[in-house]
Amino acid sequence: MLPEHAPAFDESFDIAVIGAGVVGCAVVRRLALAGAKVVLIEKGGDLLSGASKANSAILHTGFDAPPGSLELDLIKAGREEYLSLAGSLGLAVVNTGALVCAWSDKEAEKLEAIAAQGRDNGVSNLALLSGTDARITMPGLSERLVAAIEVADEHIIDPWTAPLAYLTQGIALGARFLRNAELLEGRFEDGWHLSTTAGTVKARAVVNAAGLYGDIVDGRLGFTPEFEIRPRKGQFVVLDKAAYAHVPRIVLPVPTEITKGVVVCPTAFGNVLIGPTAEEQTDRVRATVESDALENLLARGAQIVPALEGIPVTAVYAGLRPASESKAYRIFCRPEKRAVTLGGIRSTGLSAALGLAQHALGLIERFALSLSAPAAVPELCLPNLIETQPRDWQQPEHGEIVCHCEMVTKREIEAAFESPVPPGDFGGLRRRTRAGMGRCQGFYCNARLAQMTRGRLREPLAVGDEPT
Amino acid sequence: MSDADVIVIGGGPAGVAAAVELRRCGVARVVLLEREAQLGGATRHCSHSPFGMLDFRRIYFGAAYGRRLEAESARAGVEVRTGHSVVRIEAGGRVELATPRGVETLTARRLLIATGARETPRAARLISGDRPVGVVTTGTLQAYAAFHGLMPFRRPLIVGSELVSLSAVLTCLTHGARPVAMIEPGPHPLAPAPLMWFPRLMGVPFHCGTELLDIHGDRRVEDVTLRMSDGSTLKIACDGVLFTGRFIPESALLRPSSIGVEPGSSAPAIDPYGRTADPHLFAAGNLLRAVETAGWSFREGRRVGCAVAEDLTEDLAREPALGELVPVTFDPPIKLVVPGLIRRGNAAAPAFRDFQLRFTRRARGRLSLVLDGRVVWTREKTWMPERRILVPIPPAAVMANAVHVGFEEQA
Repeated sequence: MLPEHAPAFDESFDIAVIGAGVVGCAVVRRLALAGAKVVLIEKGGDLLSGASKANSAILHTGFDAPPGSLELDLIKAGREEYLSLAGSLGLAVVNTGALVCAWSDKEAEKLEAIAAQGRDNGVSNLALLSGTDARITMPGLSERLVAAIEVADEHIIDPWTAPLAYLTQGIALGARFLRNAELLEGRFEDGWHLSTTAGTVKARAVVNAAGLYGDIVDGRLGFTPEFEIRPRKGQFVVLDKAAYAHVPRIVLPVPTEITKGVVVCPTAFGNVLIGPTAEEQTDRVRATVESDALENLLARGAQIVPALEGIPVTAVYAGLRPASESKAYRIFCRPEKRAVTLGGIRSTGLSAALGLAQHALGLIERFALSLSAPAAVPELCLPNLIETQPRDWQQPEHGEIVCHCEMVTKREIEAAFESPVPPGDFGGLRRRTRAGMGRCQGFYCNARLAQMTRGRLREPLAVGDEPT
Repeated sequence: MSDADVIVIGGGPAGVAAAVELRRCGVARVVLLEREAQLGGATRHCSHSPFGMLDFRRIYFGAAYGRRLEAESARAGVEVRTGHSVVRIEAGGRVELATPRGVETLTARRLLIATGARETPRAARLISGDRPVGVVTTGTLQAYAAFHGLMPFRRPLIVGSELVSLSAVLTCLTHGARPVAMIEPGPHPLAPAPLMWFPRLMGVPFHCGTELLDIHGDRRVEDVTLRMSDGSTLKIACDGVLFTGRFIPESALLRPSSIGVEPGSSAPAIDPYGRTADPHLFAAGNLLRAVETAGWSFREGRRVGCAVAEDLTEDLAREPALGELVPVTFDPPIKLVVPGLIRRGNAAAPAFRDFQLRFTRRARGRLSLVLDGRVVWTREKTWMPERRILVPIPPAAVMANAVHVGFEEQA
């Protein structure tokens, strides 16, 4: 580790972004496109080390967002930009549509109001369906279905390639990515001096996109935090690809006051996801899975789509959402200190990230940093990982198929390590390539991956340096 | 015109034995597809256990057994294609596969699938806790050690007490790892009790009736919490968790096909010839019934290979004219019965002379075979889970309208 105050970079930056979650990565891209010299500071060993690594991978329309809220505007702006970028950056997007399902007469009574709110929110492609009609669009749904709202424009996406694409584009425009760099303290003296565990960084302005640490980072920047992060854990179960045929659409529950409830949805990778739970906790790091909660999710999934009963579990995971004491996004701008805080992005970060980035740029423009002219946007297309698009294994000369469950090739793994943002840990490699993410969970490929990744990961898969 | 007479999917003991037997029976074009670079399947990394005693009259270890399989295949004139991974099985004997050159399709008059079995990983066991590095299955551990000279941990907790669990202990001890303990959630070890002295003799404490409650660790496993048989909890420091056994068939290719898999076994249902409900598709080996020894799978593969060859000679051009299928029903806690189908009126020599059974748990009681309501075989004892149980298939079974394996439990 570097001495505490050693400079991490000789140069100074226009803007330091703190936190390489989906929001931080989108902000880096937007600011770099605007001509800023950006540094991204991340506490973890890779991007998506916190809240952004675990979510339900839905690109929301915002039909159920709070009316008139900034969140709604940013979801819509973010979604629109995502859909316009997807083709050129090679980002996955699958238009599955969603069904908000009422399982009782009491829930069905709420649908009219939900649809009205959706239309008020500018989401026009909504239809109230009887249970029978909804089951024609998705025959796998239980017969107990009373009624539903069809939200035709909901999409599923690859939640990991998108932020990687944002950051990769930012880096192509000159942004720097500093990993294993926890912000310790920031001083503003005619510009920011940010002391991190990887050295000191100088920047003219700062954007706090620290997610689960948003309030703490505001404190370390010398501000009195105006919000408090209250982590909310969500556990998920991922079912085998055999489930996919039964779940062609996102199945949403009628939300209650407390939670949006358990979602059953297809993934862009051809699996089916059941989750999340919503559990308040104080720990910002540990997101454990719990047998009982996972069993409950499986049971819930089989109530909603009976054919899911008995389909094997491929993976389980848990994530923390950076909720705060308020439902609203916690966005603060301090022009006198040239600081922007994007906090409390509790569950719509993936959909709103690009919108949040536009919003952050708008706030930063007030700082009159006189950025250099925007560079030409470099062309860039990330490797496709979703099943409905051509994959690398289908092309010749892929080297070998390393992960047979997800059909990940040696060429793809090597490309990830040689990319501008190579994986820092095994999770990062999995998210970039899907190696080891399939039904056998590494039974066949983990040893080969251990050998291929020797000396390349922060926490190696194999123990000891020398072969035994 | 098909690309082959028979395509065999999977180059483990069952698949190789079937392919070789097909050639010996005079089948002209036999293509063996294996997704790994070598034949052998799971035997490639089992460096300790001897294979081949009954099949080749000599003992082989791990990779050497795989080389023998390769030599046998070559000698028999089997067209072996390693690095070829089947991604889809279609009706009528057509497969789509990933090859080093990209995607290809092949057709054959018959398919024989022998994709084996694997252990249940941590996720599917719904174990609580963090998800750090250092949590693997026996197969993975042995691949680390045998293929790459690596180890995923030094002081693992071992979960399970099947034969494979003892194999896992041995792999640990011979590769510089010292298991901190071995636990079995059930009240009795699943391997024969005398064998369970082995871990104890090696200084590895073995606890029955003990559950893994929680895995803790930030990047790598740091400790585990156990619930002991007396209800108390115990935290043990370790750097890995090794999940052993609970084998499940590698039947992913069949789940989306018209054949599907049986709910109890996750395996395709077959008749006593190894034939599935699709008359072009046969199956053999541990895909049918996780899990048996390599030798058992080899001999089973050979017999199913022979049945496929006979099927081809009987019917050179036309669709097979086969009898009606009767499903074999069974009582809990029986987990699976193989074959799970009887084909009425079939007279040729079958590949399976016995029903192979597994129990989900230890149970004492009377096991019986019932044809059309008449008990034709019965036996009473304590039946153990994960053990081979055989019930002879009587010739009269092919005449029955109802075939049932009954169990009456005694307190």
